[in-house]
Amino acid sequence: MGWTRKDLLTMRELEAGEIVLLVDTAASLQEIASREIKKVPALRGKTVVNLFYEASTRTRTSFEIAGKWLSADVVNFSASGSSTSKGESFIDTAKNIGAMSPDVVVVRHSSAGAAELLARALPCSIVNAGDGAHEHPTQALLDLLTIREKKGHFEGLHVAIVGDIAHSRVARSNIHGMRKLGMTVTVAGPPTLIPPFVQELGAKVSYRLEDAIGDVDVIMMLRLQQERMTAGLIPSLREYAHYWGLTLDKLARHARPDVLIMHPGPVNRGIELAPEVADGPYSVILDQVSRGVAVRMGVLLLLAGRKGGDGG
Amino acid sequence: MRSRALTRVAHEILEKNGGAKDLAFVGLRTRGVSLAHRLAAKIAQIDGTTLPVGTLDITLYRDDLGMRGTPVIRGTDIPFSIKDKTVILVDDVLFTGRTIRAALDAIIDLGRPTAIQLACLIDRGHRELPIRPDYIGKNLPTSRRESVAVRLREHDGEDRVVIEEPEEA
Amino acid sequence: MSLLLRGGRVIDPANNLDTVQDVLLADGKIERLGRNLAAPADAEVVDATGKIVCPGFIDIHVHLREPGYEYKETVATGTRAAAAGGFTAVCCMANTNPVNDNGAVTDYILAKARVEGAVRVYPIGAVTRGLRGEELAELAELAESGCVAFSDDGRCVMNAGLYRRAMEYTLPFGAPLISHAEDTTLSRGASMNEGVVSTETGIPGQPAAAEDVMVARDILLAELTGAHVHIAHVSTVGAVRLVRDAKARGIRVTAEVTPHHLVLTEDAVRTWDSNTKMAPPLRTKRDVEALIEALADGTVDCIATDHAPHALSEKEGEFDRAAFGVVGLETAVAVLLDRLVRPGLLSLATLIARWSRDPARLLNLPAGTLAAGAPADVTILDPDAETTVDPSRFHSRSRNTPFGGWTLRGGPWMTIVGGKVVRPRASR
Repeated sequence: MGWTRKDLLTMRELEAGEIVLLVDTAASLQEIASREIKKVPALRGKTVVNLFYEASTRTRTSFEIAGKWLSADVVNFSASGSSTSKGESFIDTAKNIGAMSPDVVVVRHSSAGAAELLARALPCSIVNAGDGAHEHPTQALLDLLTIREKKGHFEGLHVAIVGDIAHSRVARSNIHGMRKLGMTVTVAGPPTLIPPFVQELGAKVSYRLEDAIGDVDVIMMLRLQQERMTAGLIPSLREYAHYWGLTLDKLARHARPDVLIMHPGPVNRGIELAPEVADGPYSVILDQVSRGVAVRMGVLLLLAGRKGGDGG
Repeated sequence: MRSRALTRVAHEILEKNGGAKDLAFVGLRTRGVSLAHRLAAKIAQIDGTTLPVGTLDITLYRDDLGMRGTPVIRGTDIPFSIKDKTVILVDDVLFTGRTIRAALDAIIDLGRPTAIQLACLIDRGHRELPIRPDYIGKNLPTSRRESVAVRLREHDGEDRVVIEEPEEA
Repeated sequence: MSLLLRGGRVIDPANNLDTVQDVLLADGKIERLGRNLAAPADAEVVDATGKIVCPGFIDIHVHLREPGYEYKETVATGTRAAAAGGFTAVCCMANTNPVNDNGAVTDYILAKARVEGAVRVYPIGAVTRGLRGEELAELAELAESGCVAFSDDGRCVMNAGLYRRAMEYTLPFGAPLISHAEDTTLSRGASMNEGVVSTETGIPGQPAAAEDVMVARDILLAELTGAHVHIAHVSTVGAVRLVRDAKARGIRVTAEVTPHHLVLTEDAVRTWDSNTKMAPPLRTKRDVEALIEALADGTVDCIATDHAPHALSEKEGEFDRAAFGVVGLETAVAVLLDRLVRPGLLSLATLIARWSRDPARLLNLPAGTLAAGAPADVTILDPDAETTVDPSRFHSRSRNTPFGGWTLRGGPWMTIVGGKVVRPRASR
C-alpha cells in the first residue's frame, strides 16, 4: 500500500493499510534519534510551516524537530502577536502563507474543520495537528506506534480511554484508528463528558473508572480542562479526581498487571493521573513523546514523497 | 559461479587491506546485506576473523523524493562504531552510481571511517557520477533500457541474475 | 391597464379552485376569472398554457437587513429577490440596526418599500427594546405604524414573565407574537444539531430539546393569555408534536417551516460548508419526515424561508465562527416543487395553500386569494422548467445558499404585484 493523499487530515478517512504504513515508516525512522548526527537529507530544500493558532509548545516542537532532522526548513507561525491578532481572517492568513510556497503546512486550530478548509484552499500538503474537538491524527499514530511496540500487535487489544471524551480530538482519532486495526475501545467518564451517539463511532461506554479499566491492555487518560467546571459539566476538580482520577491503588485493585498507562500530555498531575502512576512502571508517557517525533518525520516524508506531488 | 566470484572478492579484500584488521561491512538494503553477510562468512573461513556487518537504508538520502512513489523505509542498523574503520559498502548491482553517492553521504553522517571501499556483485556500466568500485564480482555490459535484477537464495529462493528487456510501448 | 392571463391551470385553495381558466387583472385588482374571457382593448395577454396560476405567494419570515446592514441586503435587493423567487409579499423581521422597536424605524422601512420595493413589504416589530429581552418595545405604536406581527427573531425572549406580558399587551392588536424558540442555556456554543454528526465532527451541537423546551413554554403562555403565538422555523419532531397537541386543545398556536428544514439533514454539515449552518440547525431524517407530514396535515400552517443574507466574509472560514443563516427567496419555490411535490410527498394544492391562503389568514393580510376584487397579486409557476441554482446570478446581495448547483425541475415563471409584472416570464 502506497501513500497518495495530499494531506493528512483525519484518521477516519484512512484505510487500515495506510495507518500501518504510517506506523511502519515511523518505526523505521526512530533510529535517527540515537545517531550522533541527527540529520538525514531527505527533505532538504523543503519548507514546512507550523501554523499554530492554539498555544502548544510540545506538539509544535515535536513537528519542528521532525522537520529539522529531515533537513527541511521549518518556520513557526503562532497566531497571537501576528496579523491574526490585528483581525486577519483564517482564510486570508492561509492564503498569505500559501503565497510563500511552503511544501507542507502543519496546522493547529481551535475550530473543527479548519484543517480541511486549509487543504481545500492551498495546493501544498496540510497536516492536521488538531482542529477543535475533531481530530489529531499524528497523536493517534504515535499512540498506536507505542502500543504496538509494547504489545507486539494491534488486533484484539482492548483500550480504555478515560476523561473528557466530548471535547477530545485525541479520543476521536484514536477511536477511528484503533477500530480499523481490530482493537476494542471503551470510553469512560462522567456522562456529561461523553458525547451522545459515541457508540456509533464504535466505542463502548462506561461511567465508572473501576469498570472501564478492568480487563484492558491499555488505559489512555485524557487531560481534564478547568473550563469544564465553569461550564457546569462537572461540579469540581476534586470530585472528578476522586471518581475518575487514576491512582496506584485503583490500578492495583482493578487493572491487569501488564497494563500500559498512556496520556497525550500535558498531565494534570493529581487530577486525572496521580504522579506515582504518571512516573510509575506501567507508564509509557515519555515513550509516546519520542514516538511522536518519529511519527511526524514519517508523515512529513510520506507527504513530500508522494508521486507527482510538490516534489514533481 | 556466485560462490567463486564472492570467494575471489573476499581474497581481494584481504589482499588490498593487508588482512582483516579494522574492516567492517555495510550492506545496502536489501540484497547488499545478504551479500555482505556472505562475504563476512567467506572471510571468516579464509582468515578466521569475524567482521561486523551493518545494514544501511539509503532511502532518506536519495535525490529523487516524490518521483518514484511512496518512499519505503526499512531502517538503518549499524550496531558498531565505524570510526577508524575501513568500511566496505556492499551492493548487488552498480549502475548509475547515485545509490552509492547516497550511501557515502549516509556513512559520513554516521561517523568518520578511515576509508570507504565499494564491493559490488555486478557492474552493469552506465555511470552518471564519478563512482568506481574497488571489488567487482562480474562485469555485465547492458543497454541502458534493460533492467538487471539479482536474485539471492536468502530472498528469492535461488541465486540468479536476471536481465529484462523493457516491454515495447 | 389590464392583464389577461390566458389558459393557465388556476389553483386557488382559498376558493377551492383548481381548473384551467383565464384570469383578468385590472386596476390593480382581480377583475374576473372564467373560460375564454374576452381581452379588453388595452390588455396585455399572457399565454399561461401549461403554467400554474396561483394567488401571490407570501413569505412571512424574511430578513431585509435595512436599515443598518445594507451590505448584506436592502429592501430593494431583497424584494427583487422575492419577486424573482415568485413572491408577491414579504414580512421583514426587526433585527435591523437600529432595531425596528419604534414607529420611526417602521416608517422608514415602509417608505423604502414604497419607493424601492419590488413586492409588498409588511414589517414585523420587535417584542423588546433593542431585542435585549428586558423591556417591552412600544408595541401599540408599532402596530399602529403598520407592523403585522411582533418578534425578537434572531433571539429568543428568554424571560417567560416578560413574554407573557407581551402576549397580553398585544391581544387587542390582532397581530401575533412570532417566537424564535430556542433556550439559549441549552444551545450555548452550538453550531449545529446535537447528534451523530456533531459527535463525529466535534462541532458543538444543540439538542432538539433546546427548541422543544421553548415551544412548550410558548404554547403554555399562549394558553394562559389566550394570545396567538406563531412558532417560527420549527425544526423538530418534538415541536411538531407539541403544536399538534396544542391545536387539538384549541390553543391559538400556529407554525411555519423553512424549505431547508424540509429537504436537508445534519448530514449536510459533514461538508464543513457554512451554508449548512443556521438557527435552528438542520436536524435528522426523522425530524424532516415529521415536518413534511405536519406541513401536509396543516399542523404546520405555512412555509417561510427565514431568508438571512450574510456577506461572504461572514460565512467563509471556520464553521463555528461563521454567521448563522442562509438566503432562501430565490430557491424556495423551485426546491420544494422539485423535492416535495414531484416525488409526491406534498400535493401541489397544499404547497400553494401554505404559501398563500394560510399565511394570509394567519397574519390577517389582504392577500392569498384570487377571488374577484382581491389585490392583483399573482404567482405563476412553470412546473417543468429545469434550472440549476447559480448563486452568482442571485438578485439578492448575498450568496449564502446551501442549494448552489442543485438542478431543479419546476419553479417560478412570472410574478405580478398589484397588476404589475415584477418578474417577467422565465427571466432567471
